Amino acid sequence: MDQIILQILNGLDKGSAYALIALGLTLIFGTLGVVNFAHGALFMLGAFCTVTLSRILGLSRTVIDETRTDFLGKPLKVEVPYVYDWFGENLGATIIDWNVPLSILFAIPIMIAIGVIMERGLIKHFYNRPHADQILVTFGLAIVLQEVIKYYFGANQIPAPAPEAFVGSFDFGAAVGFEAGAIIYPYWRIVYFCFAMILIAAVFAFLQFTTFGMVVRAGMADRETVGLLGINIDRRFTIMFGIAAAVAGLAGVMYTPINSPNYHMGMDFLVISFVVVVVGGMGSLPGAVLAGFVLGILESFASMRQVIELLPGINQVVIYLAAIIILLTRPRGLMGRKGVMED
Amino acid sequence: MGILEVKGVNKRFGGLQALGDVNLSVAENSVHAIIGPNGAGKSTLLNCLVGKLIPDTGSVMFDGQSVLGRSPHEINQMGISRVFQTPEIFGDLSVMENMMIPCFAKRDGSFEMKAFSPTLGEKDIVEHAEEVLVDMNMADKRNMNAASLSRGDKRRLEIGMCLAQNPRLLLLDEPTAGMARADTNNTIDLLKQIKDERDITIAIIEHDMHVVFSLAERITVLAQGTPLVEETPENIKGHPKVREAYLGEAQV
Amino acid sequence: MLGLNKNDMRLLLIVAAMVALAPIILNPFPESSAMAQFNAGYPDLMQRFVIFGIFAIGFNILFGLTGYLSFGHAAFLGAGSYAGMWMLKLLSINVIPAIIFSTFIAGLISLAIGWISLRRSGIYFSILTLAFAQMAFSLAASVLTPITGGETGLQTNLNDPRVLPSFLGGGASDGGNIPKPSLFGMEMTASFKLPVAGWEWTFNWGYYVCGVIMLVAFYVAIRVFRSPFGLMLRAVKSNQQRMSYTGLNTRPYMLACFVISGMYAGLAGGLMAAMDPQVGAERMQWTASGEVVLMTILGGIGTLIGPVLGAGLIKYFENIFSKINSSLLHEWFAFLPDGLEDFIVAIIYPFIGKGWHLTLGLMFMAVIIFLPGGLVELGQRIARRFGKGRTANATGETKPAE
Repeated sequence: MDQIILQILNGLDKGSAYALIALGLTLIFGTLGVVNFAHGALFMLGAFCTVTLSRILGLSRTVIDETRTDFLGKPLKVEVPYVYDWFGENLGATIIDWNVPLSILFAIPIMIAIGVIMERGLIKHFYNRPHADQILVTFGLAIVLQEVIKYYFGANQIPAPAPEAFVGSFDFGAAVGFEAGAIIYPYWRIVYFCFAMILIAAVFAFLQFTTFGMVVRAGMADRETVGLLGINIDRRFTIMFGIAAAVAGLAGVMYTPINSPNYHMGMDFLVISFVVVVVGGMGSLPGAVLAGFVLGILESFASMRQVIELLPGINQVVIYLAAIIILLTRPRGLMGRKGVMED
Repeated sequence: MGILEVKGVNKRFGGLQALGDVNLSVAENSVHAIIGPNGAGKSTLLNCLVGKLIPDTGSVMFDGQSVLGRSPHEINQMGISRVFQTPEIFGDLSVMENMMIPCFAKRDGSFEMKAFSPTLGEKDIVEHAEEVLVDMNMADKRNMNAASLSRGDKRRLEIGMCLAQNPRLLLLDEPTAGMARADTNNTIDLLKQIKDERDITIAIIEHDMHVVFSLAERITVLAQGTPLVEETPENIKGHPKVREAYLGEAQV
Repeated sequence: MLGLNKNDMRLLLIVAAMVALAPIILNPFPESSAMAQFNAGYPDLMQRFVIFGIFAIGFNILFGLTGYLSFGHAAFLGAGSYAGMWMLKLLSINVIPAIIFSTFIAGLISLAIGWISLRRSGIYFSILTLAFAQMAFSLAASVLTPITGGETGLQTNLNDPRVLPSFLGGGASDGGNIPKPSLFGMEMTASFKLPVAGWEWTFNWGYYVCGVIMLVAFYVAIRVFRSPFGLMLRAVKSNQQRMSYTGLNTRPYMLACFVISGMYAGLAGGLMAAMDPQVGAERMQWTASGEVVLMTILGGIGTLIGPVLGAGLIKYFENIFSKINSSLLHEWFAFLPDGLEDFIVAIIYPFIGKGWHLTLGLMFMAVIIFLPGGLVELGQRIARRFGKGRTANATGETKPAE
């Protein structure tokens, strides 16, 4: 029992990341009808927003501290971040410590801007081209983005720790009545999961309860008719692209403490996210979220020792296997709508 | 016993009864029109004949064999060719290539692995395709890209592609929909010519009464998924039930 | 001749001449000159040119003719390599069984994967092939270790059985050394160097074996493109609905095409193993599938020669262009005033050398946006502009390329 709960919990944070990326992919696909292979790159860009912010916060001036000496006996040179000067030492240190959550504020405008530029500058011209062309051009874009990041940040992983307060683990087992230590779960993963839920809820609420969202949903269902009503659907779709980019970016921002960012993390997540979208049902937002969590949990169950002993290698392939089975038995995915991508 | 026998066909989509107990018999070498107001189930019926839809109950027999449960390509190989409402042709290919494909399908069946011999070396196919193109008055356009043809020519090409297979039954789904008057008249002339020159049965779904009355020998009127009357064109014109069906629609 | 029309025959002859003379054509710069590092005429690279050419030709038969975009072709390449390696280990160091077996195995695997993937079309097909390829990669790296050697991969060893008699390439050792893959005794690594004036040309036996096989593969591809089967595949791309209502069953056509394409990939994989007898799972990774997509598109999708050009271009970039470093750049721009020199180098540097992927990505995007026909279309446009009178152009492109 405790094993099962542990695996479900383990699956949740990965599932959250899958669900967030798949949600953005589906938003783009559903609204614009574009298959965006650069979406993983957006996730990666989000993660590098964190890295960038931490570098900015880390900008320092050098002061000579006369009271202390280094090992040569000379007065010690101390790097003092500028934020200390601006906010005082205590607040400054907290700001640096809370770099990852702060990056959310930093990443939102940047990611929206990137999304909007992408849509206006490139994707717009591919609305009426075949899906294969869309896949290819965004695939090219993904390569370009990842190479740019590699050029500026190098090829190595760059650690971005969570705030001090969230380091460590929560003894989940003890809290729900199992023996202590049976289910240990890092705090940050709980944060990530909650964050993902809030973000998902926000996107759904936005689509459900605002006029803007209503128009977009109508546009997803029948673009032509909504266009005929004299509503400028194109501009709204541009904004949706920005939002989708921001969702992917935020997923990346918050993922950095779990997995230190590197330039090819986008590609790694992209393949799985596409599988998630297809399993969930192309164009179905709830499907994308559901499939994200289902596959995340499935993956963590498959990595249980007992399962691997039974079926060696299953942990590596379970997601793909699930995708193949689902696609063949339920061609539209778990919650797919009729007529989407069926030529 | 007609070449096409539809008996007791029902088809529901959720709560909607699209076809209710349809019986239809199309006599060999006749032109049979199926008319009816919008939403009468004409297209559903047609889709049941060509394997795109499977009726819930009933039978569809072509020349004594059931077509139900067969896929479109098998039904085509039985001798039924279909012309679509908007011309379905191979837009990326040349007119000549468009014409050769049905010739291959007729000669070689639904699959033949000829991966190593040149297409243009198949003399009989080339000749046959050429012949049909001449028949269709399209020989001068043989090297054009099919997508760049005019709408009327696309229709002509599609009908030609069907005829190249020498089908026993030709199904036409509103062949003149969206056409200008001149193109419509050309199509009527073409169909008349086909009917006079060949041993072929034609079933036509049409909105345009001008087309129907110029071609059809028998007419079935479909309303709300059920056949109302089956009569000759002369008798249909003043038929009270037919008026009711169409006027009923007009009042809505 | 050979069942080809005049244009196709000329194209085949041009390609044959280029393959034959590649050691000379690819070494345009004298050995001692500063430009010598741009010479691509060394055996390793030339082998890669033609092997990836075969891979891309096969991919193009699928994607170019039918429009089905597979992201899983690396699985067939990898499977072919493993199969070839096992022949080199078990049967004989002669490359013939390796090549035949690798093609056969890739054919079988593509039959299985195609059988399932082809139930869907469009993006679903792409994702299914991607999923299968990723599965193959993961399995090769983990569970299938007894067959694939897992993370370390497969190599030829001294204690391999190689059961065939020695005149057919059997026998475990070659005077105490691991024998090198050969064709009836002629080792793949055997080279003949010909110094002429300042140049040095290397004629490598392995390269010519690959080259001849590529020419055969290319010839077969031309025949397929021009056959009724090829016509049907193009019909699949154009309008599947019309196709089935014309009495044609699209599935066997697609499956046959997928298998042929997979066998090309397997052949390429087998040749890779034969030229360099070692293989690891990374050959199956989906980025390798992406690479063949890039090659085909850059060269010219649906054209005959395009994929070969694209393969050559990318391999050239990967091996030659990537070696340019900043000191070399400084050398080149040394004639400029100091500040300007640094400025130019700073601008160019991200795009070359280690940053060649960036250039590749940009080129790829540009091709898709502006030049859907790839290099071949570029060639055609240039030819049209400069040689209006000529109907056929130097790239030899012909009708179904449109």
